[in-house]
Amino acid sequence: MISRSLAVAAAEFAIARRNRWVFMATGIMILFALALTFAGAAPTGSLGVDLLTVSVASMTTLSVYLTPLLALLMAFDAIAGEAERGGLALLLTYPVSRGELLLGKFAAQLGVLAFAVTIGFGAAGAAAALAGGAGAESLMALARLIGTSILLGAAFIALGYALSALAGSSTGAAGLAAGLWLVFVVLYDLGLLGAVVFDDGGSFTRTVFPWLLTINPADAFRLWNVAAAEGVALATGMTGAASALPAWAAPTALILWPLAALGVARITFGRIEP
Amino acid sequence: MTDNPALTLNGVTKRYGKTETLKGIDLTVKLGERVALLGHNGAGKTTLMKLVLGLTGLTAGSIALDGAEPGSAAARKASAYLPEAVAFHKLLSGREQLRLFARLAGESPSCVEPLLERVGLGEAAGRRIGTWSKGMRQRLGLAQVLLGSPRVALLDEPTSGLDPISRHDLYAIIDEIAARGAAVLIASHTLTEVEARTDRIAILRQGQLVADDTLDRLRAKAGLPIRLRLTARQDGAAEIQTRLGGLRVNGTAVELHCRPEEKMNQLARIAGLGGLVADVEMAPPSLEDLYRHYSGEDRR
Repeated sequence: MISRSLAVAAAEFAIARRNRWVFMATGIMILFALALTFAGAAPTGSLGVDLLTVSVASMTTLSVYLTPLLALLMAFDAIAGEAERGGLALLLTYPVSRGELLLGKFAAQLGVLAFAVTIGFGAAGAAAALAGGAGAESLMALARLIGTSILLGAAFIALGYALSALAGSSTGAAGLAAGLWLVFVVLYDLGLLGAVVFDDGGSFTRTVFPWLLTINPADAFRLWNVAAAEGVALATGMTGAASALPAWAAPTALILWPLAALGVARITFGRIEP
Repeated sequence: MTDNPALTLNGVTKRYGKTETLKGIDLTVKLGERVALLGHNGAGKTTLMKLVLGLTGLTAGSIALDGAEPGSAAARKASAYLPEAVAFHKLLSGREQLRLFARLAGESPSCVEPLLERVGLGEAAGRRIGTWSKGMRQRLGLAQVLLGSPRVALLDEPTSGLDPISRHDLYAIIDEIAARGAAVLIASHTLTEVEARTDRIAILRQGQLVADDTLDRLRAKAGLPIRLRLTARQDGAAEIQTRLGGLRVNGTAVELHCRPEEKMNQLARIAGLGGLVADVEMAPPSLEDLYRHYSGEDRR
């Protein structure tokens, strides 16, 4: 089973290298991370933290937008595109299960994303540390940022597969992916913000709101990074919600998301007749 | 050829919503046998193949592929498939694509090079499939059929759109697959393409199996008339028509139809006309006529 998934992953990785996804994703990550690190260098003095801490805080916000976007862009075509080309029918006549196929693609695309995130954020972190110093705590925060970004990417790659299987066509899947990104990354937060303003510090804001944040993988990602590092919390101003939750809530949510999304992808993929 | 059926279909029926695509199909293909599955576009050939491969579910009936249920691990291992107009990923090289299939089939990657040589892709194998011609992609498709010595090979329109040389090469490989002992089912919409290359012919019409026999026996059963075309000397066409019947084609020619067993009598009568006839052309029913007869087109 492992060898068949690896065979699929190897082919998928060769494709990602050739259609320049590896190059583009890494390039985009490095560019944005570096730009944010040096544009965001101003508040170091007023907050009393080192440059790397501020840099991680900026990159956390960046990652919330960019990682799901890159993940969905890579994943949306995975099943619908293969079915449209006619290659899926042939693949499925081989002694390989749909789960093995899915896992192989997932491993390759997550590998590409992990590479881009590690190089991009790592480069910006190194630059910040050289320019403005770094402590043990801020290095830890950088490692956490990279790790959680990979988890966030894993969730959205798997969600992309579910959409790809659901849509039936490549263009339909692209549309659904754009919608999903908008909902999870922008609209969900806007809706919650509206509810909090309307509630005006009532029981909703204190008890329900923090839990609703953990349901969204993008917010769980933010909470985990914020709650774990005081400096990052100061720089992002998200301490309120983070302190209202038990420490395990956001990490649990972010770890469960990729697994649940893969499960959904497997079920929707199972219903496709190529 | 042995007597063991490698592929057995019993009362196979498939409905999509209210449309019945296949209606109670019974068909067997023995090991080493090449069977052509003919029919118009939409007659149900591809659906039948997908049912055999377990890509879609049966509405009624049963299928046994080398004794296993379609879609099961054993059936997938025993079968090979060449989809119609197969599209591989254009960014992979032929070698990478075939290596992927070999690993999925549980074969050693070392079997890939000889296979590429066998289908004449040895030199092109390192190039991306996106740069290949249609004929080369079909060859790669056949190469993956050869992987792992399948018991049943299903080929959907394997030669459509190919030039005569490529078609000839492709059939040589198909013969080899059968010679190795596999049951081969070839779907096509033209009888002329599969003619001498198959042992038996099955014809689907609107989801029903209307013929399943050797070409010779199908010919005999159909009893299609032989066409005789007589060219008259000078103004003899009218007289030929009054004496023999038939149809005036133009000013000088008359067309007659006769059953195979009446052929000699008819020729004797023509000879009796002496100087009236300048020439006689005789055309036995063509494969196209035969196919039209069974696929029901001549009744419309």
